[in-house]
Amino acid sequence: MTIQTEPPRDSSFDDAVLDQRLTEVWGTKPTLWGWLTTVDHKLIGRRYIVTAIFFLFLGGIAALVMRLQLGGPNAHIVGPDTYNQLFTMHGSTMMFLFAVPVMETIGVFLVPLMIGTRNVAFPRLNAFSYWVYLFGGLMLWTAFFLNSGPDAGWFSYVPLAGPQYGIGKRSDIWAQMITYTELSGLAVAVEIIVTVFKMRAPGMTLDRIPLFVWAALVTAFMIIFAMPAVMVSSTMLILDRLVGTHFFNWAEGGDVLLWQHLFWFFGHPEVYFIFIPATGLISSMIPAFTRREIFGYPALVLSLIATGFLSFGLWVHHMFVTGLPRLGESFFTASSMAVAIPSGIQIFCWIASMWDAKLRLRTPLLFVFGFIINFVIGGLTGVMVASVPIDTQVHDTYFIVAHLHYVLIGGAVFPLLGAIYYWFPKVYGRLLNERLGQLNFWLAMVGFNLTFFPMHLLGLMGMPRRIYTYQPEMGWGPMNLLATVGALIFFASFLLLLFNIVSSLRSRTPATDNPWEAGTLEWATGSPPPPYNFARIPVVSGREPLWDRPNSLPVVTGLRVDRRELLVSTLVDAKPDMLLGSPRPTIWPFAAAMVTSVTLLASIFTPWAVVWGALPIAIVFTGWFWPTGVKEEE
Amino acid sequence: MRTEMVGDVAGLDTSGYGPRTLTWWGTLAFMSLEGMGFALAAGAYLYLMSHAQRWPLNAPLPNYWPGTVVAILLVASAPLNHLLSNWARAKDLKKVRIGLVLMSLLGIAPLIVRCFEFPALHVGWDTNAYGSALWFLLGLHTTHILTDVVDTLVLTGAMFSKHGANPHRFADVTDNAFYWDFVILTWLPIYGLIYWVPRLT
Amino acid sequence: MNARRFAQQIALAAAPALLAGCVDSQSVLNPQSGEAHDLARLFWIFTTVCSLVWVLVVAALLTLLLRRRRPDSTPETDNLEQQSRKTAVVAGLVALTAVILVLFTLGSFYTTRGLIAPGPHPLLIKVTGAQWWWQVEYEDSDPTQVFSTANEIHIPVGRPVTFDLEATDVIHSFWAPNLMGKQDLIPGHRNSLTLTADKPGEYRGQCAEFCGLQHSHMAFLVVAQTPAEFWAWRQAQLKPAAPPASGQQALGQHLFVEGSCATCHTISGAGAGGKTGPDLTHFGSRSTIAAGLMANTPSNLAAWIKDPQELKPGVNMPQVPLSDHDRGAIVAYLEALK
Repeated sequence: MTIQTEPPRDSSFDDAVLDQRLTEVWGTKPTLWGWLTTVDHKLIGRRYIVTAIFFLFLGGIAALVMRLQLGGPNAHIVGPDTYNQLFTMHGSTMMFLFAVPVMETIGVFLVPLMIGTRNVAFPRLNAFSYWVYLFGGLMLWTAFFLNSGPDAGWFSYVPLAGPQYGIGKRSDIWAQMITYTELSGLAVAVEIIVTVFKMRAPGMTLDRIPLFVWAALVTAFMIIFAMPAVMVSSTMLILDRLVGTHFFNWAEGGDVLLWQHLFWFFGHPEVYFIFIPATGLISSMIPAFTRREIFGYPALVLSLIATGFLSFGLWVHHMFVTGLPRLGESFFTASSMAVAIPSGIQIFCWIASMWDAKLRLRTPLLFVFGFIINFVIGGLTGVMVASVPIDTQVHDTYFIVAHLHYVLIGGAVFPLLGAIYYWFPKVYGRLLNERLGQLNFWLAMVGFNLTFFPMHLLGLMGMPRRIYTYQPEMGWGPMNLLATVGALIFFASFLLLLFNIVSSLRSRTPATDNPWEAGTLEWATGSPPPPYNFARIPVVSGREPLWDRPNSLPVVTGLRVDRRELLVSTLVDAKPDMLLGSPRPTIWPFAAAMVTSVTLLASIFTPWAVVWGALPIAIVFTGWFWPTGVKEEE
Repeated sequence: MRTEMVGDVAGLDTSGYGPRTLTWWGTLAFMSLEGMGFALAAGAYLYLMSHAQRWPLNAPLPNYWPGTVVAILLVASAPLNHLLSNWARAKDLKKVRIGLVLMSLLGIAPLIVRCFEFPALHVGWDTNAYGSALWFLLGLHTTHILTDVVDTLVLTGAMFSKHGANPHRFADVTDNAFYWDFVILTWLPIYGLIYWVPRLT
Repeated sequence: MNARRFAQQIALAAAPALLAGCVDSQSVLNPQSGEAHDLARLFWIFTTVCSLVWVLVVAALLTLLLRRRRPDSTPETDNLEQQSRKTAVVAGLVALTAVILVLFTLGSFYTTRGLIAPGPHPLLIKVTGAQWWWQVEYEDSDPTQVFSTANEIHIPVGRPVTFDLEATDVIHSFWAPNLMGKQDLIPGHRNSLTLTADKPGEYRGQCAEFCGLQHSHMAFLVVAQTPAEFWAWRQAQLKPAAPPASGQQALGQHLFVEGSCATCHTISGAGAGGKTGPDLTHFGSRSTIAAGLMANTPSNLAAWIKDPQELKPGVNMPQVPLSDHDRGAIVAYLEALK
């Protein structure tokens, strides 16, 4: 190495100058070019979340149309073809374009702030991930508006989705949408793992990691081991449809149930990709409203890890009526029951945390209450459907529709809504209106339960899922009408949230750095945080660092200010280890996402697209990784 | 918020190898998810086999020679791969350049043999599910050789450029060698599955 | 929907008590076989325990709300005594959860074992699911005792019936909730389901696995009869189709057999041998048309033949151009096939 002149470091500047120098180095220019090239985790995380919520509204509107169609018997609002596309779009959108991405990318925004660093581990991969996700989602919805929306369900069972029965390009669109979203999901998982492992603030040992960060870490691991299953199966499906392989063709030695095994090996953990981060949000919000540390931190961490492991042993409970050997099924009953234990531990710990506390009953905490009340219903019906005999009756009925929405909306959307109210000031620098927030909570609570509780009864009254209509003599009309009214109320609660967001953004009162007087690191910096997150890297000595020493934050100094520099620490005890450069803004991730997306899209129509696409893909990735000699590479 | 300085980190290293670095962990994470993909593809093969009356289904046994040659070539590249990794750790630019050229050739060689390996399966991907599973496994592994060879070539180019003598480039070489070990290791079970499992049943 | 119907629906929605009596011929809550009773018993045990757990959780939330202290912003920590008391309570609750789950697992296991215990001498019925109807074949070691029907399954009460379940196109699921849990029909796989009906009655069933455009209209009827009635029905089904009894019916038969109907439908004894659609040999004896879509009345049948795509969009039955007169003859013929 050549001897250089000593570069400028943060130790030699006062706060005002330091802010200016760091903003110059870390800032994103407010131009279109800046927008396309940014690698700032906050900007990417924010646009990721906004896009996911946009897809939430699209999926919600699809659901609303279905609810109107089912509001009475023999309705003709949509026909069977549109209805089948609608429920496939609803499920696929909610799972692949909304729930999983939103939970992962709250992590993209929050994790670096919560662990006291300046960006994620692979910022360009993060940018690439967003663009691929966006293009995949747009492709799916464009196809839908061209009457080519997938129509074989979000689970795309063969043979219905296979070459013989899946007409047109609909199922190919679905399978390729999977490739886009899995690519982006896996990329985020990799960067979250490495960020949490290697970039935690000095002193943030394993037992001081904020619970949301733990949840994001466990989820990232699950994604790494579960998502390949759906990549493999959707690739097989595309190959069966496009080049005539026979993986699922029973006439040529293939097997129809192979699809279900692979899909649910991914699909069940997927529920926990959504639920585990949501529990992390809950655990991270509660202390701010109880004014003390969460009760049972080690038990909560172990519960997250246990849930992660157990979720890989449950997939067969989606297949209890496919005729698998009964003894094998009993094992899956036991494992599906067992997963209730870590969830139970979490619920008990949260209740214990709030017991005898100085509770501040603000909107985020209301959503925590709503979460527990609703999720416990979903969890308990989950225990019921884990039982093979009970499942043979309720499987594929509206009872399951009720169950899964209690788990996913009760267990994940309520925490998400709470989280929006809680972290909005950090993201946008404005507090949401509290009175509207409380109204939002009650409207959501009433609308949600009115929509989904009657569905339990409908299922028991014999109503199967995925039917576009039913005859009046079945007697399902009244309950369905009730559910439709509920759905309208529930939808209104989201419109109210939107109104609250828009009106709060226009407010002139900025939020303070720490409006909830919370204890974790993201509240130690500005609202919204400056581009470099922390002017000096904080040092941590507890689980709620900001409560340890009121009004003073211990920090380390010595990072360069003439380049994007990060502090890398050791895995277990988070000791400072290295100073590494972090990439500057670059267009390559966007270009790579474009080229990849076009190739994937074209491959729906001809397998040769993969061959033609290989060269441009090789070129953009070479461009991406080719050294440029900037200071960050020193 | 007022800050209180409790330490200075200015003297820390600005580069390193292996688990100290971010890239090494990133590589490991990608290897894990790809390894999971291999495991699931192998699982699908075994699942189809367990449901079949006979295996192979309506097809002659594959010719194991091209696959065996690939296995020998891959295993034979391992010692050089490790030498290269050590040279990179020692920041020996000259040896690294030579090593990378050789590793590029040792990466291209199995790809050439691969071209003969697909016909030697003696079954089309569209013949039956057995053929589909074989082509899928072989295709999956070929993609991995191909991407690593491209990566090695680009890295070779970089090492011959003015950016070569940079500690981060040497670290890249070690990570690339790490990934090549993965390519070698994943081939061995797939090789057994494609050529020897049908002969056992 | 007129205002009165709307009001009626609201009233029904507001009175859950009425629901149980609403429709009970396709309901988990009205078990009519030993198997369905076992399932219902397990269901109610789970429901009771789970409801209790939920009530306790909500009670805990309400209690902690009532006991909350006045908020201030100073962070505090639990003292050791509070900590250990909470730890003990949480540990106890976790243990209790584990005990409940173990009992639930055992209950499920023994219920399943009871359900799959082989009964003596079951009646064998092969049910094949197709888009979007059910082919029903009564199996017997004596080939003269074998016959086919569609969408309507008669079974004797008191005797175990084993359904062999297969599918030829996509996955379907056979579900008559009053009698038994569901079982999938999967191309390339063979599944079976055994049940014993308690008492005579008509029970509706419906495909429970999404199977395409008309998944909603793929119903069937299970008619449980006394052994004597079942025997009589079976003898009638074994006979070939009744010959036309009038000139109109004879024209109907001619049009059916010589026209395109016979390419898909079988009427044994009349020379129609198509296999892709339902067997219509005793069509007139069935109570519904098009897999439970409509009651089997002459006017419904005429409307169905006139435009099947209008009534069941996507159905594989094509629209066959026929004059009203000819269609009337076919309807008269089919309705006479008792």
